[in-house]
Amino acid sequence: MTGLTVVGSLSAPIGGIMAIPARYVGFREREERAGVASPAVANRRGTVSASPVYLDAATAAPPHPVTRQALLAALDDGWADPARLYGQARRARQLLDAAREAAAATLGVRADELSFTPSGTAAAHSAVLGGLLGRRRVGRVLVHSAIEHSAVLHAAEKHVAEGGSVGPVPVDRLGRLDLPAWSAAVRAPGVALAALIAASHEVGTVQPVAEAAEACAEVGVPLFVDGAQVVGRVPVPAGWSVLTASAHKWGGPPGVGLLVVRKGTRWESPWPADERESGRTPGVVNLPAVVAAAASLRAAAADAAAEAARLAPLVDRIRARVAADVPDVEVVGDPDRRLPHLVTFSCLYVDGEALLHALDRRGFAVSSGSSCTSSTLRPSHVLEAMGVLSHGNVRVSLHRETTEADVERFLAELPGVVAELRAEAGVTAL
Amino acid sequence: MTFPDEVLDCRGQRCPLPVIAAARRLPELPVGSVVRVLADDPAAAVDIPAWCRMRGQEFLGTVTGADGPGYDVRRRH
Ligand SMILES: Cc1ncc(COP(=O)(O)O)c(C=O)c1O
Repeated sequence: MTGLTVVGSLSAPIGGIMAIPARYVGFREREERAGVASPAVANRRGTVSASPVYLDAATAAPPHPVTRQALLAALDDGWADPARLYGQARRARQLLDAAREAAAATLGVRADELSFTPSGTAAAHSAVLGGLLGRRRVGRVLVHSAIEHSAVLHAAEKHVAEGGSVGPVPVDRLGRLDLPAWSAAVRAPGVALAALIAASHEVGTVQPVAEAAEACAEVGVPLFVDGAQVVGRVPVPAGWSVLTASAHKWGGPPGVGLLVVRKGTRWESPWPADERESGRTPGVVNLPAVVAAAASLRAAAADAAAEAARLAPLVDRIRARVAADVPDVEVVGDPDRRLPHLVTFSCLYVDGEALLHALDRRGFAVSSGSSCTSSTLRPSHVLEAMGVLSHGNVRVSLHRETTEADVERFLAELPGVVAELRAEAGVTAL
Repeated sequence: MTFPDEVLDCRGQRCPLPVIAAARRLPELPVGSVVRVLADDPAAAVDIPAWCRMRGQEFLGTVTGADGPGYDVRRRH
């Protein structure tokens, strides 16, 4: 049973909601009996000439093999509500406890400091709003970098709407935090919480978390680190009080986030009361997915150093070759202090959405922070804060299934795709 | 404030069109000329200065008038 089969069967046209389980189960049984590749896979393959190359791990990495195994096993064993008092519930409770201990051990934190959430977004919302609530007697100011993920910025907007205030801290052209400005901002009176993304999800620049944490510690301001792009890939720097992560970024299932609140941190749940997850996340957790998240985190972390060593040179190659082979392109982000798997560039005079569609037609799945692809029509706040070209923007992010051949094919086809779009728009000689 | 030699009305156009308009027109004017690009796509606020940096032209600044934001660019070479 491959991932493609599941995707293929679920994405096939269906009559209605009720048709999903029956068709899905029937499909799997047929296929397992026959022991052959499914027609859906053949159809999928038939629609694209070369095999598709998925290069958007920073949005969602393809599931690690451990994810699938753990998810299926935990569906059989972990469907009951862990809060009940019968045998099935005790089994589910054991699985939940084991998942928490495994995830905590991988991150080097205590199990009672870690809660599971329904997404990285929900975890970031909890981190920001709960961190502010816990220190509302100190003040109502949230300091954050200008390049936080929208989950953090949207929580900040809510805080402002409710009478709080924010202090965004700028970054330089490479997307690195302005440390002197940060230190001054956290020193100001009334700062309840500071938020810093561990590494930019849009351009890959790694932030000076340890230095920023030191500045916070000097004045007793807790630091929230959004670790969505680093957890499971690179070590998380020390010094934070609250840490969040997202399982589908490391090859875990979608719909699981981590919220870690260090002992002694003043944090108060911003949600209506609920006893689950030590009162930090309301509602029952998706236990099979949580188990898969914890198991895949351990697997990803075990391979992380080797994967980083394999992917970083491929990212170097993309940075160098895109700059050399595509005219009028700006490769953005810090060339040295950056994530091993993510690279971003902007192509002058090219419409970002048209570029993504053209690449998709050739089988390349990439994403963009460009204005033209977002529903709001705002330029990416990250590229804006860096002062770099925001149109024609492409983010390429690699994962454990990415091969050198995939990267070579992308590099071979990209210059032609860009040239074609420029020729169509009549902007070749500008 | 500089008085522009020419105004390009790119209101209603999405990036990269305002940048392309500036890139087409500027080289046709004498060195030292100033073009004001009127553009209501917020991405222009990022992309016109970025284009100036990439092309070695001078970005003079943003003026906000009744016509919405205008971006002043001087031809340097
Ligand atoms: C830095 C960062 N924070 C938070 C999130 C949100 O995570 P999720 O997709 O699990 O809601 C993402 C993913 O888009 C991210 O890259």
